[in-house]
Amino acid sequence: MRKKSLKSILLSIVSVILAITFLSPLYIVLTNSFKTQKGIFLDALSLPFGEIFNPSNYVIAFERLNFLNSFKNSLLITVISVVIIILFTSSAAWMLVRTKSKTSTFIFFMFAGAMLIPFQSVMLPLVRLMGILGFLNPRGLIFMYLGFGSSLSIILYHGFIKNIPKELEEAATIDGCNKFQVFWYIVFPLLKPITMTVAILNAMWIWNDFLLPQLVINRPEWHTIPLRMFFFFGQFAKQWNLGLAGLTISMIPIIIFYVFAQKYIVRGLMEGSIK
Amino acid sequence: MKNSKLWFFVFVGPVLLAFLLVVIIPTLMGIYYSFTDWDGIVNNASWVGLRNYFDIFEKGGDFLDSFIFTAKFAATTVLTINIIGFSLALLVTRKAKYNNVMRSVFFMPNLIGGLILGFIWQFVFTNAFNYVGQMLGLDFLQGWLSTTATGFWGLVIVMTWQLSGYMMIIYIAALQNIPKSLIEAAEIDGATSWQKLKGITIPLVAPAFTIGLFLTLSNSFKLFDQNLSLTGGGPFNSTQMLALNIYETAFVFNQFGRAQAKAVIFLVVIAAITLTQIYFSKKREVEM
Repeated sequence: MRKKSLKSILLSIVSVILAITFLSPLYIVLTNSFKTQKGIFLDALSLPFGEIFNPSNYVIAFERLNFLNSFKNSLLITVISVVIIILFTSSAAWMLVRTKSKTSTFIFFMFAGAMLIPFQSVMLPLVRLMGILGFLNPRGLIFMYLGFGSSLSIILYHGFIKNIPKELEEAATIDGCNKFQVFWYIVFPLLKPITMTVAILNAMWIWNDFLLPQLVINRPEWHTIPLRMFFFFGQFAKQWNLGLAGLTISMIPIIIFYVFAQKYIVRGLMEGSIK
Repeated sequence: MKNSKLWFFVFVGPVLLAFLLVVIIPTLMGIYYSFTDWDGIVNNASWVGLRNYFDIFEKGGDFLDSFIFTAKFAATTVLTINIIGFSLALLVTRKAKYNNVMRSVFFMPNLIGGLILGFIWQFVFTNAFNYVGQMLGLDFLQGWLSTTATGFWGLVIVMTWQLSGYMMIIYIAALQNIPKSLIEAAEIDGATSWQKLKGITIPLVAPAFTIGLFLTLSNSFKLFDQNLSLTGGGPFNSTQMLALNIYETAFVFNQFGRAQAKAVIFLVVIAAITLTQIYFSKKREVEM
């Protein structure tokens, strides 16, 4: 008995040490973000007290990042894209499951097969094609997120809908509902668990995405947070005091979101990975 | 009958259109462009046959260097991420307080975007490491990211820090599916912790290892954001991975045709990795 508790104490100590190691980069960024440039240079591990305390980093970084604007862009693009992905892929997946035809099977396998295609393989022709269509703007970006998000989302919905009995839908059809009504009032509410997964997976990817916005939206007033961060770092290459304050600001939204939606995030990612 | 076809395209049509325009048509265009001398600006790219493909492997060989670097990186991270991820899962599934807090902490780096992660670690490596190295007189902590080796290990550390928590989540799910009766039976028979781990836990978690392995492999092969913000491919492009190499061939050197040929090879590599995973997963399902 004693031996066992010793082992469990040792394991607890190991996990605490690991947790501290995992958090240390964020701690280092946070403490140094409150220092002067010189304070960071003199001692990167000290706490930001005394002469080196310099909270004005945040004021400058907040302004230079144009944070409210880039936050608004990120939020709008993410939310609208996720809503559109959910509506269009859930309804399409439902149709694909309920229609037994060669066309339907072929379309589903095309969506599934496209999971193999990495972004770098399509990005150059994509930018050209989207340029021709006049889609190099936030609206076009949302359209592209629908295209790129469709494969995984349809696979997830398809797998879920297969296990829903269709008697209820048939009864509703007999009662005179059209397809839209059947989908919206009967099917869609049943999809809620998988909709959460689809929402989380797509939101995290779109929120953090850098390369697609970088290729597609070029006006500074359209910049999302990652894009703005990239140019901000280019501008203040060696001014770490501003850089670190900027990094901290840019992480705040996602960390707040994590605190509130942790349960769904973890479950969503777990299901998304196994499919 | 006609009516149901109409409904089919009303529901499937919009997302199919987006998918075709964003994924399928660019993929096909990309394969075509890989046989041309497209420079990204001029519209009429002219056909050059297989020249781009030959050039990639002949001249300079930067793509081959990137490929080898990426393969080494992927092989290393597959080990570090899965070993650490699995160990974390074991740590937080034993009977202990604060398991949930620990899980949240280990998982958190996953939420932060790759670009921002790279910048965070750039500071940690070039400032905090340097400072500790100077204080303690440890040479190996100084000058990180200025050499190929420290750039490589820097990338490995960042990727491991980011993805082990994700793998932990996958392994926790697998561990929780192990029937408790099996473990209890082994305990009654007097099995040690190590015997339980080797004889019961690891064999039963094996399907999750397949998932974890290939998920890490394809994520490592596709790495771009962290590479760009942590090392930028430097020093002298020696830490430039495949995705960044394709990007720079196009946007720094304006050789879109050649970049596209590289992108086609990249597609084949990624598809091969993913198809191998599906093959192994299906095979296991049949066996079980």
